[in-house]
Parts: sequence; C-alpha cells; structure tokens
Amino acid sequence: MTESDNIVAETAERIFADLADAQTINSGKDGAWKAPLWYALEQAGLPLSWVPEDCDGSGASLAEGFAVLSAAGRFALAVPLAETMLAGWLLAQARIAAPSDTMTVAPAHPKDRITLNADGSLVGRARGVPFAKGARHIAVLAHGADGVAIALVAIAACRIEPGLNLADDPSDTVILNNVTPLALKPAPAGFDQNALMLMGAVARSLQIAGALESMLDVSVGYSNERVAFEKKISKFQAVQHNLAKLAGETSAALAAASSAADAFAHAESFDDALFLEAAAAKIRCAEAAEKGAAIAHQVHGAIGFTQEHILHRFTLRALAWRDDFGSESHWAVELGKLVATRGADELWPLVASR
Amino acid sequence: MTAALRFDPIRLPPECEVLRQEVRAFLAEEIAAGTFDPHKPQREDSDAPEFSRRVGERGWLGMTWPKQYGGHERSFLERYVVTEEMRVANAPTRRFFVADRQSGPVLLKYAPEHIKMDILPRICRGEVCFSIGMSEPNSGSDLFAAKTKATRTDGGFLINGSKIWTTSAHIADYMIAIFRTSPPTKENRRHGLTQFLVDMKSPGIKVNPIAQITGQYEFNEVVFEDVFVPDDHMLGEIDGAWKQATSELAYERSGPERFLETYYVLTELVRALGPNPDIRGAEGIGRLVAQLHTMRRMSVSVAGMLQAGKEPVVEASIVKDIGTIWEQQLPHRVRELAAFVDPDASNHATLDDQLPFAIKTAPKLTIQGGTTEVLRGIIARGLGLR
Ligand SMILES: Cc1cc2nc3c(=O)[nH]c(=O)nc-3n(C[C@H](O)[C@H](O)[C@H](O)COP(=O)(O)OP(=O)(O)OC[C@H]3O[C@@H](n4cnc5c(N)ncnc54)[C@H](O)[C@@H]3O)c2cc1C
Repeated sequence: MTESDNIVAETAERIFADLADAQTINSGKDGAWKAPLWYALEQAGLPLSWVPEDCDGSGASLAEGFAVLSAAGRFALAVPLAETMLAGWLLAQARIAAPSDTMTVAPAHPKDRITLNADGSLVGRARGVPFAKGARHIAVLAHGADGVAIALVAIAACRIEPGLNLADDPSDTVILNNVTPLALKPAPAGFDQNALMLMGAVARSLQIAGALESMLDVSVGYSNERVAFEKKISKFQAVQHNLAKLAGETSAALAAASSAADAFAHAESFDDALFLEAAAAKIRCAEAAEKGAAIAHQVHGAIGFTQEHILHRFTLRALAWRDDFGSESHWAVELGKLVATRGADELWPLVASR
Repeated sequence: MTAALRFDPIRLPPECEVLRQEVRAFLAEEIAAGTFDPHKPQREDSDAPEFSRRVGERGWLGMTWPKQYGGHERSFLERYVVTEEMRVANAPTRRFFVADRQSGPVLLKYAPEHIKMDILPRICRGEVCFSIGMSEPNSGSDLFAAKTKATRTDGGFLINGSKIWTTSAHIADYMIAIFRTSPPTKENRRHGLTQFLVDMKSPGIKVNPIAQITGQYEFNEVVFEDVFVPDDHMLGEIDGAWKQATSELAYERSGPERFLETYYVLTELVRALGPNPDIRGAEGIGRLVAQLHTMRRMSVSVAGMLQAGKEPVVEASIVKDIGTIWEQQLPHRVRELAAFVDPDASNHATLDDQLPFAIKTAPKLTIQGGTTEVLRGIIARGLGLR
C-alpha cells in the first residue's frame, strides 16, 4: 500500500491539503470549512470509495480506501469521511445501494445490539456513534431470528441523544424505536458484528497512526524552532530521546495498522489470523496514542496546551479514536481469550503465520 | 514531513513457509535426540559444536552469501525465518550466531580473497565461532575512546591492551576487533581505529571469564600482550573502522533476536493461565500478544527493506530500541499476571522454573549491542535533530 502508486489516496491528500489544513481550521473556529471540503470529497467520489460501481459508488479497492484513511488521520480530519466509507462498505456487504450524502454506522460499540423485529422494523440503542448528529443516513447491523441483517436507515427516523468525544466531534447515542429501514437485506454468510467491529478497528488504527505521524512531524518541527537556554531545544539530549520514543510509538502504530489493513485487503474469510491483525492493531495503536500524545505535549510545553495551537487537533482525536469500535481493553480481552483457547503451543505458530 | 518513517506490510513469501516447516522438523528431531531442552533457556551449551555442524549441513548458515564462499544465495527473509524458529525453540545458537549474522558479512566486504576462501566456507559448515572485540574498560558506548593499540611491526602489527565484555571469547576461534592505529585528529575524534581479524590461538592472548548475575559465563575479559597480527588480517581501511562499523548496524539491530530473547515466558504464561483465564489474565495476554505481533511486523518489514537493498538505519534502530525494551519488560509483566494462578497447579511448574532466569537476564537486554540511550541518539540524528 504505497501512497505513490495510489491515485485515490493522492487525490484525497491533495483535497485535505487544500481544504482541511489544520492551521486554517483551528483559526477558523466556525466550521465554515466543512461544506467546501465535503463538496470536494464528494466530487472526487471519496466517501463512496468502497461502494461498488454498480451500486453507484467509486469501486475503489480496500487498499486504496485504507490509504485514504491514513491520509485522513495525518490531517486529523473532522468530517465523517471514514464513517461514510465504513457505512458504504457495510451496505455493500448486502448489496444495498448507498445514498450519496453523509452516513455513519451502528453499532460502534461491541456491547450494543440492535434487533430486527419479525415485522422488519429495528429496535435498540447504539452508543458512541460517530457523527450521527448531522448525518443523513445510517448503516445498521442488526440481529434477527433468522440471523444477521444489514439495513439502511434515515437518521430522521431515529432519536439522537447528542454527545461529544474528547476532541469535540459528535459521538452520539442513536435510539431505534421500531424504525422501518429504507432497505434491508440479510448479511452474507460468516459476516457478523465482530466483522464490523474489526473493520472499524482497522479504520481507526490507520487514523491513529496517521495522527501520530503528524504529532511527530509537528513536534520535531517545534523542537527545531523553540530556543531555550540559548539553544534550540532539539539540541537537549532529553528532548531528543523523547522524540526518538515518539518516533518508536509512531512506527509501531504505522506497522500494526498497515499490516492489519493489508490483511483485510487480502482476506478471504474472518479467521483467527485476521482477528489477530485487526485486534492487535487497535490495541497497539491505542497504546501508541497514549504514549505519543503525552510526549508530543511534553515537547511543546505550555503552548501545546492552548486552543490556539494545532497540536490538540491531533492528540485529542488520536486519544478519542481509541474508544470507537472496541477499546484496546475490549480487544485485549478478546485476543487473550482466543490465544488461551488455542493453547500455549499454538501461540507462536499463530504469530508466525502473519 | 520531517521524518518519513516506512513500515510496509511485507509478507514472507511461500518458500519461507516451506523452510519454516523444515526448521521446525529439524529442531523437533534435535530435541527428541536430547541435544537441547527447549524449556531450559539457561542450559550450558555442551553439545553445541555438533549442533552447529548439523545446522551448517542443512544449509542454514551463510544463507545469503555467494555460493563461491560456501553460501547459499538465499534471501534475507529466509534467513529471518531460520533465526526466529531457532530463537523461539531456545536452540543453542551461540557458537555460530555471531559469525553468521555479523562477522561473515564483515569478512565478505573487507577481507582479502584468500582469507574469505579459507574462513567463510568453514563458517557455513558451522565449524567456527567468532567474537566481537569492540568494548574496552573505558570505552563502551563511547567506542571512539578505545585505547588498545596495534603497532606496526615487520609484516604486521603487534597488539597490546585489553577488550572486555567479549561474548564467547572463551570458545571463539576468531575475533573481529577494533584497535587504535593512530591518535584521533582534532577534526575527527572517530579517526584512528582499524578493524582486524584476530586468530584466538595466537600467542599472547589471555581470556579471563567474567561471571554474570544469571550465574552463566558468556562474556570475558581478553588481554593482549604483544600479539602478532599479519598484514593481510587487517580489514578494510586503515584508521577508518568507524565508517565500517556504522554500516553494519542495520543488520545487527533489527532481527528477531532483538525481541525474542525472553519470549519463552509468554508461552509458559499462556500455559499457566490455562484455557479459561480470568479477565485480567486474558487482557494481559492480549496486550502482550498485540505488542509481540507488532514488533514482529516491524522487524519483518525492515528485513524486507534490507532484501530490497535499502539502508533503513533509523527504522532498524527503532526496532532494536522498542524490541529490547519489550523483551526486558516481558518477564515482569508475566510475573504480575501469573500472581493469581494456583501455584500447586501442574501447568505452573515450567514457568516457575524459567521466570527467575528471565528476570535476571532482563537487565542486559537494553545494554548489549548498543544501549537504549545510544540508539535514541542515532534515531534523533535520523530525525534531523543533531
Ligand atoms: C551481555 C552482554 C554482552 C556483551 N557482548 C559484547 C561483545 O561481545 N563485544 C563487545 O565489544 N561488547 C559487548 N558488550 C558490551 C556492550 O556493547 C557495552 O556494555 C555497551 O556498549 C555499553 O557500554 P558500557 O558497558 O561501557 O557502559 P557505559 O558506556 O559506561 O554506559 C553507562 C550508561 O551511560 C549511558 N551513556 C553513556 N554515554 C552516553 C551518552 N552519550 N548519552 C546518554 N547516555 C550515555 C549508557 O547508555 C548507559 O546507560 C556486551 C554487553 C553485555 C551486557
């Protein structure tokens, strides 16, 4: 998944650089940047990257879409691009055509369950749904008597209890009170809520890794400008070592996330190896976000603690994304159980199979 | 972007999987024959010379080297697989590992042809053991403070001084060492060191073993008194060892041996916790496995870059930095997670046996092969900070 041979990601990167520059957004404060950005993304077909062409989407490969998410992470993008892409991907699993506007996906929390009633309506509650308020549609995974189903639902038909994540982006509770979906089809064999959570976890891992790349970049840049005790702070060994550690955490996140994305892009089924890749990526990226954000702030001193400075756009989103589609604690327990069930002597063969 | 870090998701090609099965079968035979006990990382390596020869017979030494020197012209990724399977099995690799990883490649690059023709095939056959003479009593991290002298004499050099912490010097046939051939210059304090191949059977060499806190003997003090080294045993450029030493680092620093030294306690933790661990145990295993998997993906990625002819110095240093910290913390995390397991349960015994050794081993992991602090200096340079 190299950026250079990926035109889709290059297009995304160019749009982000033109219309989602962190400095401009941070000084703007009013959200006026959002409409032109989304318009440009739609014109380029990016929100429906993962929707096949015969379902009115762009038909990009999984790998191309994943590279878009890495770039979105590098810009700490605060519009529902990842969410719309995930919703389109979920709908495509059941070959439901995707509408062209902002979407999100539910559930986003592994413990939430949405039920499909016998009459075809949906009931349930989904917490921590990113960008639900403001989106037009929501792709829903539901459990019915006959198995798992995928549905397209109008947000207007749901009750939304608004909430905010750490970075003040919408993270809402969506209540489905016997809502009749706009479209409803059974999920393909083997596709379940775990599959949705793992795909969401990979998306968030790529975004976190991207945000860490920018934290490293901004921090190295700052250390080369800021002068204290008559020299650049980058010349102090303690600062250098902090930045080396930040580079290490960034590298770990990049390696884990891109490996998991690659595993998804080539997967034929949801097996133990894919589970290891996706769960490990979310766990390790979340750990990297915690350590990395602390170092980035440390290097910046007080200026990084202000609203004026762009650093928080990256650190707070990376920290917030830890909670979506299963936190690192959730996946660690699940991965630990899997390893324990397979038994001690099967651990190395599992790890070495990747 | 100030730092473009790359960790592409390299996958091992299918021939590596075939090879992996061959190595596993070989190791299973060796274990069955009693050559070594995979549950005894603290063993003494009494049978290792024969084991080395059998590894050589299989074609698993000098794997990437040219055939004319006994090598097998296989890929770094294939070598990677052999290394990790040996490490995970706790196989006795001490006799051949340094020669295979480090000394052979140095000879390939810098030794005269007749020496290459003599020594490299013997390394490939598993017959020779190498040691590395870098550190001295007042020169560890600061390599360029080395004082042990090589003075010109008829047809060669005379060595006087001492090396310390020299792993395997007591069993080694050769040492590749740096000695001072001239004083540092004002402009370049790294100048004046030269790399040599030393035959450990040369008169005037005394090897004094140094006991480690684990109770093992691995490293030594080596004293040189008028030891003669012939001209053709000088490696590379006179006074220029610093250039040579730094280019080896990517190979030395990113391999699977840099995060798997205490791996065995993780396996035994999983065994001790059993198929239904409580939530604390499950979470602990899950995090450690996620970290291990990530380390390995990073390490394979660097191996792929080396295979592609790149020089990923920063990436390789990062792998060693976070790899050694991980393997150092691992025994302590395992100890915490095992605290609530019934000590009478039979599946606890191996862990009880291994954990103390792993905890005692841990302190050296961030020191050997360059300390964490020195590595972070290299990473900082790569980030453009110095
Ligand atoms: C098990 C083991 C096997 C070894 N095998 C070999 C071998 O085969 N051959 C060989 O040549 N050597 C070997 N060594 C030696 C090893 O390479 C050195 O121990 C290491 O380079 C550190 O040097 P030192 O011990 O002199 O510590 P020092 O250099 O005295 O360092 C002490 C502490 O100060 C820190 N420090 C030093 N300088 C700086 C700096 N500029 N900035 C920040 N911190 C600094 C170090 O990081 C360290 O924490 C081995 C060591 C061990 C533990």
